[in-house]
Amino acid sequence: MGNIVLKNVSKSFGATTIIPDIDLDIADGEFVVFVGPSGCGKSTLLRLIAGLEDTSAGTISIDGRDVTAEAPARRGLAMVFQSYALYPHMSVYNNIAFPLKMAGESREAIDRKVKDAARVLNLGAYLERRPGQLSGGQRQRVAIGRAIVRQPKAFLFDEPLSNLDAALRGTMRLEISELHHQLKTTMVYVTHDQVEAMTMADKIVVLNAGNIEQVGSPLDLYRKPRNLFVAGFIGSPRMNFIEGAPAARHGAPTVGIRPEHILVSRTQGEWQGRVGVTEHLGADTFLHVHVDGVGTINVRAGGDVEFGHGDTIHLTPDPAKLHRFDGEGNAL
Amino acid sequence: MARRVSTQSRIAWTIAAWAVALLIFFPILYTVLTSFKTEAEAIAGISLIPSGTFENYVEVQSQRDYFKPFMNSVVISVGSTLLALLVAIPAAWSMAFSPTRRTKDILMWMLSTKMMPAVAVLVPIYLIFRDGGLLDTRIGLTVMLTLINLPIVVWMLYTYFREIPGEILEAARMDGASLVSEILYVLTPMAVPGIASTMLLNIILAWNESFWTIRLTTTNAAPLTAFIASFSSPQGLFWAKLSAASTLAIAPILIMGWFSQRQLVRGLTFGAVK
Amino acid sequence: MATRQTRTLARFMMAPSVLLLLVWMIVPLAMTLWFSFQNYNLLNPANVSFAGLFNYKYFYTDPAFFQSIANTLILVGGVLVITVVGGILLALLLDQPIFGQGIVRILVISPFFVMPPVAALVWKNMIMHPGYGVLADIARFFGATPVDWFAQHPLLSIVIIVAWQWLPFATLILLTALQSLDGEQKEAAEMDGAGFLDRFRYLTLPHLARAITVVILIQTIFLLGVYAEILVTTNGGPGYASTNLAFLIYRTALLGYDVGGASAGGVIAVILANVVAIFLMRAVGRNLDR
Repeated sequence: MGNIVLKNVSKSFGATTIIPDIDLDIADGEFVVFVGPSGCGKSTLLRLIAGLEDTSAGTISIDGRDVTAEAPARRGLAMVFQSYALYPHMSVYNNIAFPLKMAGESREAIDRKVKDAARVLNLGAYLERRPGQLSGGQRQRVAIGRAIVRQPKAFLFDEPLSNLDAALRGTMRLEISELHHQLKTTMVYVTHDQVEAMTMADKIVVLNAGNIEQVGSPLDLYRKPRNLFVAGFIGSPRMNFIEGAPAARHGAPTVGIRPEHILVSRTQGEWQGRVGVTEHLGADTFLHVHVDGVGTINVRAGGDVEFGHGDTIHLTPDPAKLHRFDGEGNAL
Repeated sequence: MARRVSTQSRIAWTIAAWAVALLIFFPILYTVLTSFKTEAEAIAGISLIPSGTFENYVEVQSQRDYFKPFMNSVVISVGSTLLALLVAIPAAWSMAFSPTRRTKDILMWMLSTKMMPAVAVLVPIYLIFRDGGLLDTRIGLTVMLTLINLPIVVWMLYTYFREIPGEILEAARMDGASLVSEILYVLTPMAVPGIASTMLLNIILAWNESFWTIRLTTTNAAPLTAFIASFSSPQGLFWAKLSAASTLAIAPILIMGWFSQRQLVRGLTFGAVK
Repeated sequence: MATRQTRTLARFMMAPSVLLLLVWMIVPLAMTLWFSFQNYNLLNPANVSFAGLFNYKYFYTDPAFFQSIANTLILVGGVLVITVVGGILLALLLDQPIFGQGIVRILVISPFFVMPPVAALVWKNMIMHPGYGVLADIARFFGATPVDWFAQHPLLSIVIIVAWQWLPFATLILLTALQSLDGEQKEAAEMDGAGFLDRFRYLTLPHLARAITVVILIQTIFLLGVYAEILVTTNGGPGYASTNLAFLIYRTALLGYDVGGASAGGVIAVILANVVAIFLMRAVGRNLDR
């Protein structure tokens, strides 16, 4: 089926090292998300798996077979690109049929598989159109259709949703997750958006400067970030970090507390501050509170708290949800 | 976005623009008109209404054998263009899709060979052609124009190819396409429009090249440029015939040019202006 | 895209073009350089000897040499000024809302497609001829004496003809660049209270800078080698009044049969072209990187 193993994989372009040394196991059927800031090497890692780049050292195996030196076409993977990379001169039908034609399948088999994919992806009405006549979301679905007809060992997604608007991104996220449940095929998904990572992944791989910072399930990373980088990257709004004396009172050089784990009161609490900007989202209210000696703390309060600009407020971090970090930034 | 424009100012601009455009076009228009005049009419002062004779066209063919230089022009310009494309397509291809740090330098160097003044190498080229028996041959001139225009062809193709997204080629590779099917089914259809524009523009450039075509030919391989230039030696008054020959020489290229003017800008500015 | 295989393949695909151009550049140039140090006359080909710097001295002391350099610069500079300034004005005019813009564009671009010998002969005989030319007819209509263009103003006449050929090119490119100027930018400038001239100076002209550079580069490449226009109109004369460097070398080589002298001229032409090229390539290279 489709398990992927990376051993001591590294990649350099000339003197620039993009990926120093990575080991990674991706189990069959798993939905793995590579997440990290731009330039962290996540796309390069995906392209190494795809075979679009040569590894500088190390081995990549799929299903226990070493594919390090194999051409992309031989690896039995399918990829969905950021720009969709549809063939502009072919109809939607021919775009989806292309990999099947390349595999030399019969005309009847191609027709059946393309129609199946089109039905799954709601593309039935557009089969004769050219990609240029489709909306962003439709193009995205064609790209996915082209990937699924091959019945690959694994799907590779390279930031597939970054060219869509926010509403469509939400919809497509659901569709891809749904697809994964239907097909139960390994998926490797690259994104810089931690929301996509949290909502879709079985396993998240957080990358920074070509190194794996932490691997785990979304809730693992949320609850037990291994270091400051992961703590700051996973979770929205971002975790508050406090240093110096207020942190020392909790027994660490740096402590972190998520906005949703802070208790708000008008009368008493650990920190006293003044309310700055408040953002009412209806269900939630985000308060930006200026606390002397601590800094600006973001707080996620319920929808019915009524604080205004300049009000005095008392904050108490939930001690059970407090994250402590040592001088190197590693979790204690 | 549409701005309000009063009909009055629109008419004023229209008159101004048409006046200037007709002034610029006038020499061509006047040539075409003169070609339908008799020789006596042609020198009898400004007249925009010719008597409508076709005699000049008949005589250009019967006296000067117009068809021969015309065919030479066709063979040489089309031949040199195809030859240049043959050499340039792989080069532009690899530069567009596997660029290295030196690609930009190589492109600039190619362009700089265009900077070399033709006269500077007139003597050696003339001697090489003479000794190689290439003077006044279609082959010699075709090779010459191929070399002259090769840098521009590479550049034009490069700018067109560069706009084909690399991800599409990668997608084809992921889809299991072999190199051959990648070229056949994905690359070629996407590259054809760019190659066609390049071809059209290069035929125009080759058709109008007027240094080597005049200097390296005498009669056998002389294309239209040399044919027309031979009219400059005085042989009495022959303006109507000259006009007929000129009209025939520029008409095909003028029409091709009108069709390709959009691509002309892109092509000749190497994609710097679109 | 960057697997080792594709990179090796890329080199093989590039080789023919690079090699051809390398040979095409080096062989004739080396020969020109070699001949420039030889006494070599085609009328007396058996008698070839080393000439040292004689050819250069000969070329350098020839009064026609300096005149031809001056003529070359006037020709290139004059045509560039006329076409760039005229091109900007024409482009601004054609960018206005006018009826039949497509046809106007076609009329304006047409001279560019006219082969140089035709352009030169048409101007020589039908426009500028002192007896039967259109300009002479007009002059006589107003009771003035017709100008004998090629006798009285030979260089200017050639500048006019060449400018007529290249004005369309400059116009078309500048017009294309002009039309890519963002409409919202213009509107923002108008909101900011910028008048027509301010908008032109601070918005349009900087936007056109790249296109103007390209126009200058490409025209210079072609203008340094103007040849056919001179050949069919003045033949370089009267005297050397309309001889540019290209034409002088041609005269020396194929009319004077002096291979050595012409080659020395050729070397000088290469040096001149390179000086111009270095400046231009820098400007354009920077502009194209954007």
